[in-house]
Amino acid sequence: MLYSEVVMDHFMNPRNVGTIDDADAVGEVGNAKCGDIMRIYLKINNDVIEDVKFETFGCGSAIASSSMATEMIKGKPLSDALSLTNKAVTEALDGLPTHKIHCSVLAEGAIKAAVKDYYDKNGVKYDTKIFKDIDHEHNH
Amino acid sequence: MKVYADNAATTKMSKTAVSAMLPYMENIFGNPSSLYSIGQEAAEGVYNARLSIADDLGCSPKEIYFTSGGSEADNQAIRSAAEIGAKRNKRHIVSTAFEHHAVLHTLKKLEKEGFEVTLLDVHENGLVTPEQVEQAIRPDTCLVTIMYANNEIGTVQPIKEIGAVCREKKVTFHTDAVQAVGHLPVNVVDDNIDMLSLSAHKFHGPKGVGVLYVRKGVYLSNLIEGGAQERGKRAGTENVPGIVGAAAALKESVNNLSESTAKLVKLRDRLIDGLLEIPHSVLNGDRESRLPGNVNICFEGIEGESLLLLLDAKGISASSGSACTSGSLDPSHVLLAIGRPHEIAHGSLRLSICSENTEEEIEYIISEVPKVVSYLRNMSPVWRDLQEGKKSYVIQ
Ligand SMILES: Cc1ncc(COP(=O)(O)O)c(C=O)c1O
Ligand SMILES: [Zn+2]
Repeated sequence: MLYSEVVMDHFMNPRNVGTIDDADAVGEVGNAKCGDIMRIYLKINNDVIEDVKFETFGCGSAIASSSMATEMIKGKPLSDALSLTNKAVTEALDGLPTHKIHCSVLAEGAIKAAVKDYYDKNGVKYDTKIFKDIDHEHNH
Repeated sequence: MKVYADNAATTKMSKTAVSAMLPYMENIFGNPSSLYSIGQEAAEGVYNARLSIADDLGCSPKEIYFTSGGSEADNQAIRSAAEIGAKRNKRHIVSTAFEHHAVLHTLKKLEKEGFEVTLLDVHENGLVTPEQVEQAIRPDTCLVTIMYANNEIGTVQPIKEIGAVCREKKVTFHTDAVQAVGHLPVNVVDDNIDMLSLSAHKFHGPKGVGVLYVRKGVYLSNLIEGGAQERGKRAGTENVPGIVGAAAALKESVNNLSESTAKLVKLRDRLIDGLLEIPHSVLNGDRESRLPGNVNICFEGIEGESLLLLLDAKGISASSGSACTSGSLDPSHVLLAIGRPHEIAHGSLRLSICSENTEEEIEYIISEVPKVVSYLRNMSPVWRDLQEGKKSYVIQ
């Protein structure tokens, strides 16, 4: 099998698929040209992620890591979401084939993009360095 | 239901091929170069296979060279033409942008070695014209290599006319006929072909067996040095069971060709019509000039690998030209060559059927693919933007 059982489970039964109409923040990374796009919607209350939904255009690895990443930040404070790494998502998925790692970096980037959107909308000051990688996360 | 619809990748061996091979694995195991009887019996197996394949291609058995597959045949043909070309100070090669990598990567290497390669643009319908070839040939052209039928989009090139142009211009013409032989009537004399590659596993024969046809008088050099097998042009103890199986499979395919083509074309056309009912989908490659078993369609707003995984879960084996299935970062060079933009090329589905596929299987595919496509579209941000008018459809 190309993918682990955990990946296949998250691919076949993705958690948190969809949109949030009154989302407090939306983040998106990737582009259709390179074959993967993830968009994430957050409902935030007191700096805690109360609800999260995603939409992904991409391969099995992209969809499974989107699903896993949303599970990992649901109910967590924004600071936790910001520190979620691509590596942690990959590990939670029981690994990905080497040539598929690049498809999973979307999740980390999309979450960061959503948090940045939240900060921008709410006038929260932040160190721009935290977000410097967003646009380059998926630059193949 | 289990439906194998990836016959362009490889085929299931036919019973005829398997039973032809068995004696050469169980009893007639001798080395064809040995002079005792068990060796000579093996040599006879190879000889008869050569005769049979020559008969199917319309050539002489002396023009047949067995190889380890289509890739080796392509490499050897191109390398040979380049070698003799270089000796004559001709270092220009004409090919197309949508060849198999066995051809394209060999040409890339030759470019590094000082050759100039012209890759003809492929029209949106997946065809090149003899006129394009004629215009591209220069006084220093040593080879034209153009595939007979494309492995992804199934388009069948005007090989006979292209061959005629090459004859007239006195340029060696090679064709990668790996997807054509056993599926289309191919005759090397009628089609004006100087060199042709074929591969047994594409027509229900064994994997790891190919043939290079080289017309008498056309220069051929070795890729593999060693013993005197294949008249000194391809060293290595013959894959006797494989060669025998290849000949048996080809004979069977050729004998059944008109019957299987009639059946396949019906199934294929039903499949194309059924799948094009899906909104914002488009057929890749010309509808008429097309392999009898090939269907290749792009669906806007989705990615091919996830499509394949979901189809696999429903028992359907197919393939896609998305980047994530190719293992590279770009989608299929074939789809890009016919002008499909990246975002559309990622959403392609190739179904390649054979005469063992049934009407029920085709109806099953037609009922399952739309469900999977809508499921994926419903979770696609690209599809949402298209539906909400934030982006415009590439496929109307
Ligand atoms: C058009 C074409 N050329 C060459 C090859 C390579 O053949 P083989 O797998 O026998 O090396 C293939 C099959 O993958 C093919 O479809
Ligand atoms: Zn991917």
